[in-house]
Amino acid sequence: MRTFFCLALAIALCPLAAAADGKYGGENRGKPLQPAQVNAKWQQECASCHIAYAPGLLPAESWRKIMSGLDKHFGDDASLTAQEAKEITAFLVDNASNRWSARTAPLRITESAWFRTKHNNREIPPDTWKRPSVKSPANCQACHTGAAKADFSEDRIRIPK
Amino acid sequence: MNKLLLTVITLAIALPLVATANPIQDSYRAAAKQENPGFKDFSAARGQTFYSAKSGDQACATCHGDSPKSNGKHAKTGKDILPMAPSANAQRLTDAAKVEKWFGRNCKDVLNRACTAQEKGDFIAYMLSVK
Repeated sequence: MRTFFCLALAIALCPLAAAADGKYGGENRGKPLQPAQVNAKWQQECASCHIAYAPGLLPAESWRKIMSGLDKHFGDDASLTAQEAKEITAFLVDNASNRWSARTAPLRITESAWFRTKHNNREIPPDTWKRPSVKSPANCQACHTGAAKADFSEDRIRIPK
Repeated sequence: MNKLLLTVITLAIALPLVATANPIQDSYRAAAKQENPGFKDFSAARGQTFYSAKSGDQACATCHGDSPKSNGKHAKTGKDILPMAPSANAQRLTDAAKVEKWFGRNCKDVLNRACTAQEKGDFIAYMLSVK
């Protein structure tokens, strides 16, 4: 009876354990960040106003949320035709982070645990983000010179003055 | 001789019209006539005023730059925006769906409403006039 109870408890706790599994409490970016073959519509449309953020930077549910609210996209109207939105959503969802086990789905890449850990206040003093040359944490390519090609390797980081 | 003179005069009148003709603007002309039976024509001067007029804290020029011949900069992201005037960027005003998409988005962002066909045509008249 006691064994059964323990087993039942272990099974009940299992989903909790899984949710917190992996690095960064389960909020980890995907590997690879982006497939070798990218979708041309995604590249063209998303890169009109900012870099086309790699699909692996967020989980699938985040992309679904973002793509269903394009008429109010962080304060700007970024509406697409239904056909364009469908094609781009499919590309994002199919290539979303494969290492995100948490049940969270942030709208901002900068809110994820891996992002905050990698850009902690010790490594990146808060003032850095406010420099005119950087503008905001959403401006990846200000420091990650290969960001537009999903290249975030340490060798390619140049933090501007 | 008279015939030659006539040809020269006809060309002199027709060439500037051909040079500035734009099929996308033509479709807005048809829409503007529908919108307003008293519609006369588009005006580059009115388009220029529209381009720089601020609504709230934004104008077309906020992101596209004071001169449509130069690069602009996205106000929020800082991304470069290629020149708006076809004389500086031949791809501009060549794709009707793209033009309508961006009028749709940007009129809503800047003016909080859709633009009229008159405004769109005036805007294009201004862009075509920038040499």
